Amino acid sequence: MFLQQLITGISIGGIYALLATGYSLIYSLLDFSNWAHGEFAMLGAYFAIVFANMVGLPFMLAALLGVCGGALISFLCEKLVYRHIRSTGAPNMFLMIGAMGLSTIFQQVANLVFTGQYRSFKFKLPVSTIEIAGAYLGVLDLISLVLTAVILVFLIYLINKTKFGLNVRAIACNAGAARVLGVRVDRSIASVFLLAGSLAGVAGILYGMKYNVFPTMGNIGLKAFVASVVGGLGSVPGAIVGSLLLGVLETFVSGYISSSLRDFFSFALLIVLLLVKPSGLFGVDVQDKA
Amino acid sequence: MIEAFNNINNAVCGFLHINPYIQGVVVLVCINVIAILGMAVLTGFTRLFSFGNAGFMAIGAYCAAILIVRHNFNFLIAMVIGAALAGFVAFLLGSLTLKLKGDYFLITCLGFGECVRVLLNYFKKFSGGSAGFPGIPSYSSMLFSVICAILAFFIAWRFIHSKYGRNLTSIRENEVAAEAVGINAFRYKRLSFTFSAVYAGWAGALYAGYMMYVVPTNFALNKSIELITTTVIGGLGSLTGSVLGALLVTLLPEVFRSLSNYRMLIYGFAVVLIIMFRPNGLYGYKEFSLKRLINRLKGGKAKTGKEAA
Repeated sequence: MFLQQLITGISIGGIYALLATGYSLIYSLLDFSNWAHGEFAMLGAYFAIVFANMVGLPFMLAALLGVCGGALISFLCEKLVYRHIRSTGAPNMFLMIGAMGLSTIFQQVANLVFTGQYRSFKFKLPVSTIEIAGAYLGVLDLISLVLTAVILVFLIYLINKTKFGLNVRAIACNAGAARVLGVRVDRSIASVFLLAGSLAGVAGILYGMKYNVFPTMGNIGLKAFVASVVGGLGSVPGAIVGSLLLGVLETFVSGYISSSLRDFFSFALLIVLLLVKPSGLFGVDVQDKA
Repeated sequence: MIEAFNNINNAVCGFLHINPYIQGVVVLVCINVIAILGMAVLTGFTRLFSFGNAGFMAIGAYCAAILIVRHNFNFLIAMVIGAALAGFVAFLLGSLTLKLKGDYFLITCLGFGECVRVLLNYFKKFSGGSAGFPGIPSYSSMLFSVICAILAFFIAWRFIHSKYGRNLTSIRENEVAAEAVGINAFRYKRLSFTFSAVYAGWAGALYAGYMMYVVPTNFALNKSIELITTTVIGGLGSLTGSVLGALLVTLLPEVFRSLSNYRMLIYGFAVVLIIMFRPNGLYGYKEFSLKRLINRLKGGKAKTGKEAA
């Protein structure tokens, strides 16, 4: 029972982590929380549903197109909206309000186009469970776990070892100086949005396979945001650790205490943690700039 | 007491030929105006964000409802206690969380709002759970709501144009500089947070008296988002702008009933476009003034009203 809960928790935490790292990456570059991020996951999942169920493409191809769709939407948001707001020199708060508006738009568009109906992928994974050491583990959980782990390892490699990662870290450290030293700031930011959007797309499809696809499923973005705050805004490893913590906590609370109090415990954890450690587990201390 | 108020209201409305539908719309406008004035002080004048104001509305609504139904309180006293309780909770929460910076503060507000909703759902004996809390007498008549809204606007206006309000504005413009000239930023932020929560609680208590029954989903995160959205549409840093925003956002859906499916979609577009092209909102950083309006109507010569002043 315990092992089973733990694996489920980690696999949900993995889905959160795919989204939370996106929050962190964007926050580290632009100092704002991209509220529309959960919606990228929702749209990615819908793209995949459309291609798989309505067009009838093979599932893998449809999933790939879904991921691309998430990335594309994320990229367009940056290109059309965020860049414009940044160029006016408005405070970061305005970026966040804009993102909130975008999130409302996407949710409503999905609601109007696809109706509020719950949809599921026709593609059937073996829903069977395998028994390991007395625990019944869902095959889907395991697959999602492995996939997430591979993607996250790749992401960390990308950030720490490649030229692209170096650029991103340079901009996060000091955008102005990076620009002077020849980093193409806008292009790197756009690539980060592409990357974050595709991670969100993967998260959306995994979540949609586990549960359903529906217009308000972007609300898992909220959980991922909580996770990235717990880990410390702007820190990718922090976001991963925070997500796993949150996922495990949630499954244990629903398993052992009460599933209707699940959200209460996650938010209470958040508030208490921030009171003890004001910038999250791995966060850097934020200072207001005069 | 309630009956007396309702009778006066009926007499006034009968005299002015105002039908119940319009009365209902006016009550809703007034409730939104009060909640949004609170947001305006917090977001527009202090530049703090709260995604928890729906939570404070819930506290005000449930507190007033429970006091009236279970303990036979006078509705005026119950409403005051509801608003005060919301303010008190905000004071405590603010004492803990206002030292956090930027988004960390925001997420704790969001967490608080969600916690309130989840707890109201969970403690069924206390709050009626997700089925709601029924049986509240109808005390938010049109007359009473209008009086409340005017009073709320008057208080907010005096507050913003007092020493306290100017201190808040200075914190908005530059917190470090404000601290340097001796303003205790933490205490003033807490004041502003408490103020906005009192207003949210007030609006919540009125809402309970209008709907005659409250459910936790009325006060979900979407309500907080709607409040912020309206404040942004109306204009940050302007009380009259916020009232205008509340009027628009409440009235337009009533006028364009056929578009009601697209209501939130239109809000979303409005927010994005306003933030991109007119970041001050409809009426940002200035107040509506009759003098300026008359000058503008007279012709282009007094463009900004500077000559008139």
